[in-house]
Amino acid sequence: MLLKKEEIEHIGWLARTELSETEKELFEKQLSSILDYFAVLDELDTEDIEPTYHVIGIKDVVRKDEPKEALSQSEALRNAPKKEKGYIKSPRMF
Amino acid sequence: MGMKKKLTAIDVVEEIKSGDISCEELILEIYERIERSELNCFITLNKENALEEAIEVDKRRSGEECRRKKLLGVPIAIKDSISTRGIQTTCASKILTGYVPPYDATVIEALKKEGAIIIGKTNMDEFCMGSSTETSYYGPTRNPHDLDRVPGGSSGGSAAAISAGETVLALGSDTGGSIRCPASFCGIAGLKPTYGLVSRYGLIAYANSLEQIGPMASNVTDTALLLEVLSAKDERDSTQVKTKNNASTNYCLSWLNGKRSGNGGEGVGVEVEVKGMKIGVPKEFIEGVSPEVEKSVWNAVHKLEDSGAIYEEISMRDLKYALAAYYIIAMSEASSNLARFDGLRYGLRTGKDEDWHTTFSRIRGEGFGEEVKRRIILGTYALSAGYYGTYYLKALKVRTLIKNEFEDALKTHDILAMPTMPFVAFKLGERIKDPLSLYLADVNTVSINLAGVPSISVPCGFSNGLPIGLQLVGKHFEEDEILKAAFVYEQTFL
Amino acid sequence: MDVKIGLECHAQLLTKSKLFCSCSTDYHDSKPNTHVCATCLGLPGALPVVNERAIRYGMKVALALGCEVQEEIIFYRKNYYYPDLPRGFQITQYDFPIAFNGLVRIESGGGDGGKEREIRITRVHMEEDPGRLVYIGTIDTAKYSLVDYNRSGMPLVEIVTEPDLKSPKEARIFLGKLRSTLEYLGVFDGDLEGAMRVDANISLEGGDRAEVKNISSYKGVERALSFEITRQKNLLRRGLKIQQETRHYDETRGITLSMRTKEFEHDYRYFPEPDLVRIRISDRIEEIKREIPELPDEKKKRFTSQYSITTEHANSLTYDINIADFYEEVASKIDMKLSATWIADVLKGELNYRSISMREASKRISTADFVAILRYLKDGVITERGATEIMREMLDRGGVKPEEIIKSKGLASIGSEEIEGAIDKVIKENEGAVEDYKVGKKEALNFLVGQVMKHTRGRAEPKEVRRLLVGKIESEF
Repeated sequence: MLLKKEEIEHIGWLARTELSETEKELFEKQLSSILDYFAVLDELDTEDIEPTYHVIGIKDVVRKDEPKEALSQSEALRNAPKKEKGYIKSPRMF
Repeated sequence: MGMKKKLTAIDVVEEIKSGDISCEELILEIYERIERSELNCFITLNKENALEEAIEVDKRRSGEECRRKKLLGVPIAIKDSISTRGIQTTCASKILTGYVPPYDATVIEALKKEGAIIIGKTNMDEFCMGSSTETSYYGPTRNPHDLDRVPGGSSGGSAAAISAGETVLALGSDTGGSIRCPASFCGIAGLKPTYGLVSRYGLIAYANSLEQIGPMASNVTDTALLLEVLSAKDERDSTQVKTKNNASTNYCLSWLNGKRSGNGGEGVGVEVEVKGMKIGVPKEFIEGVSPEVEKSVWNAVHKLEDSGAIYEEISMRDLKYALAAYYIIAMSEASSNLARFDGLRYGLRTGKDEDWHTTFSRIRGEGFGEEVKRRIILGTYALSAGYYGTYYLKALKVRTLIKNEFEDALKTHDILAMPTMPFVAFKLGERIKDPLSLYLADVNTVSINLAGVPSISVPCGFSNGLPIGLQLVGKHFEEDEILKAAFVYEQTFL
Repeated sequence: MDVKIGLECHAQLLTKSKLFCSCSTDYHDSKPNTHVCATCLGLPGALPVVNERAIRYGMKVALALGCEVQEEIIFYRKNYYYPDLPRGFQITQYDFPIAFNGLVRIESGGGDGGKEREIRITRVHMEEDPGRLVYIGTIDTAKYSLVDYNRSGMPLVEIVTEPDLKSPKEARIFLGKLRSTLEYLGVFDGDLEGAMRVDANISLEGGDRAEVKNISSYKGVERALSFEITRQKNLLRRGLKIQQETRHYDETRGITLSMRTKEFEHDYRYFPEPDLVRIRISDRIEEIKREIPELPDEKKKRFTSQYSITTEHANSLTYDINIADFYEEVASKIDMKLSATWIADVLKGELNYRSISMREASKRISTADFVAILRYLKDGVITERGATEIMREMLDRGGVKPEEIIKSKGLASIGSEEIEGAIDKVIKENEGAVEDYKVGKKEALNFLVGQVMKHTRGRAEPKEVRRLLVGKIESEF
């Protein structure tokens, strides 16, 4: 069993994604077998291989420092479920 | 007016410009079809706007401006992972219910510029995570060839809609096969462009280093035309290669202007396009596919041979590691891309606000489906302290090996040919309970995304009435070669 | 006690648009959420594109701090969750920053006669600012927070020091030097709200480090660190261990609060930003080096020799580039030492009192005006007090010339006859005070001087008045 329930809970916290008890139990089984499958990569010796971050390998893409029109305040806030005086309302911190 | 034969986009544009069909009538008929449909292809319809635009098109069709538009009046369906201004965009997830983007994706701007009419947003696997369109919050889409079967995924809604005549063109996105798989299962054409050809600005990200928006249509020529429109240059995407835009599709299009082929015989001249073309058939892609699929694909390869191409069986040894590498990379990127869904600026915000972290976690727990949560957990794990080297970094190194392997194979061959999917459409509910079995279905498509090469899937046969897909893979930015070969094959098939 | 302090300074750069999108950076006086776009608001599907000028500015800072600029830079994602972080990750730099290994020289904060200290710079890199959280109340008592994303995506240069600073005072001195340098480069404006934010690491006697976050003023740094040292000393005295933790500085209460709760444990899961590509920067180094102007240390040296002024004056004049430029302009026209005194000691004081910047002040009192004032002073047309008054008037009102003020306030110095006349009058009218002085009450003289000043409406030189008064009183006997 590669991933135990407690570890899954901890990862769920790291990812800020609440999991139900059923989900945690289900994932315990499923994720372990998926990780087992991923272990096939251990067969390969990649010590001297460079990782590929960008498959096309382009570099140096930059933009000129020219300001452009922003969204209007109403456009910016249109989808916000809770707002107040032009601000977006967030739950308290603690 | 008739939808007796399946209208192609090329036909629509021509006939609208010549006045032979009314755009308004065409759009109305499309919506009628959608409303009668049992397939569940669409999440949101854009009926009011579409009809208004259609009426406009009919009015101005003969004007100078309209005559220049490449997709004038063509109905197009958009996968719901692509941002459309003013039209709800959900990624088939509960967490984005009601989200209306204040901006259009670059591809949408390009489509509008060429006069296409957006008829609605299509169903998909939630956040593109799946190969069957079964993880959608809005229920699965059904395969038009058999209502008890999946249309493939994640762009299942788009593929099924084309197949059923509920649209003429469609957009999909392909991270690990999400255009090609449903194209194969639904018997239509779907192309994943070279990574960096089409701007991703506006595509709700699943795995940034792997995905591309791509064209889906009922035939190769339409696919080529749509691709040309989609590959507009865009300053807003740093990963787009600016020197390779508006993929040259002259081959397909020039055939139409003058030498329109339709029923064998008249297709004179097109075969010359594949004469001497070297096709590699990697045996690793054929091993393990179902017998009917294998037979069908070999028939297709032989047909191309009859047209003058030369094929050769080759071996690509490292392909068996592609699936694991793909999923690790995709899940890792996804876990980060989906972190923004917190209910503050958009999306789900149910229940009482407690403290920030608790509220945030609860909303995401409620708003994400099971598959999405699975991938977020795995992706977070793969990136977490202590595991980064084992999983993410390792997968990136394996990616190098896969990429090299494709480049090697394509040094000595012009294109590669193989089945798109190892089998035909499976039954709804058949694989969804076993995530790993679904992941394994992607075995023929994911390596292409890892290498970033372009690939098209075209129908090449049936097995018990269910479509089989032929996949053609080309070199980076050489979409013309695979389009050429696909077109020639299509002509022989007709 | 052996104190080790390291700073992480985040300075907003003066580009016209944000780091990864084209929103204008001119948000400081705007309504909330009016300088945002799909990218800096974190809308799904939006992509970042790097601002070239921001990179150049970052390189300029690195070079000015004596750092080794690298070949290529890569942007990374730092994954964590906060309402002001719209994407759930910050795009920053990790393994391939702009530069490593620099050095800043400051005056020691200890009492060892202002010896120079070398503070090592670990690295300089670029990152984006998150949005701004407004709490109704304080962070731990607020019922909810309000978020403004105008600041989200602003370009920041982060300067990290080794733990070479030995006291809160030294930390403040370092920040002053840093601010000065950044303003000299023209890439930073310390007067903008929130332009510089600092996190500090502090450890005592080689114990564990505590990190203090959320310091956004120069005074705040000294206060926060002093509080921390006291807190840590108290713990040690009681035999308790200092926890390695993150603490939040509360500006209002001047204290640091423990943030060591589950919410603040982070696994940032850094990985390279897939939506951005590598950028080669080493080819721009020479060009940018040439753009670097004379920096504070050099200017200070030059001022002491070129203008024959004291080190203290040179220090004071070169802290703010605008004051330095103002001084040089003035000193080129009139007495260098007089200019130095009047700018470093008087003008600066007036600016501080009014909390206005030199840039603002020079709109109201030009170098030409200042030269004029000093000339009048030198020629005896006005007294020192008069000169001060003219300066104050110009700063307060703006749009007036020295000559107008001299006239309207009657500040022209008066001749000795008038002074003598006033003195006589005052002596006559204040016999009591005169008597007091004669019997030895020295304060009575101050009163009499004051009366003369009143009579002459400040146009007489106080020293001169005192001398004449004493002379007159004592000569009567």
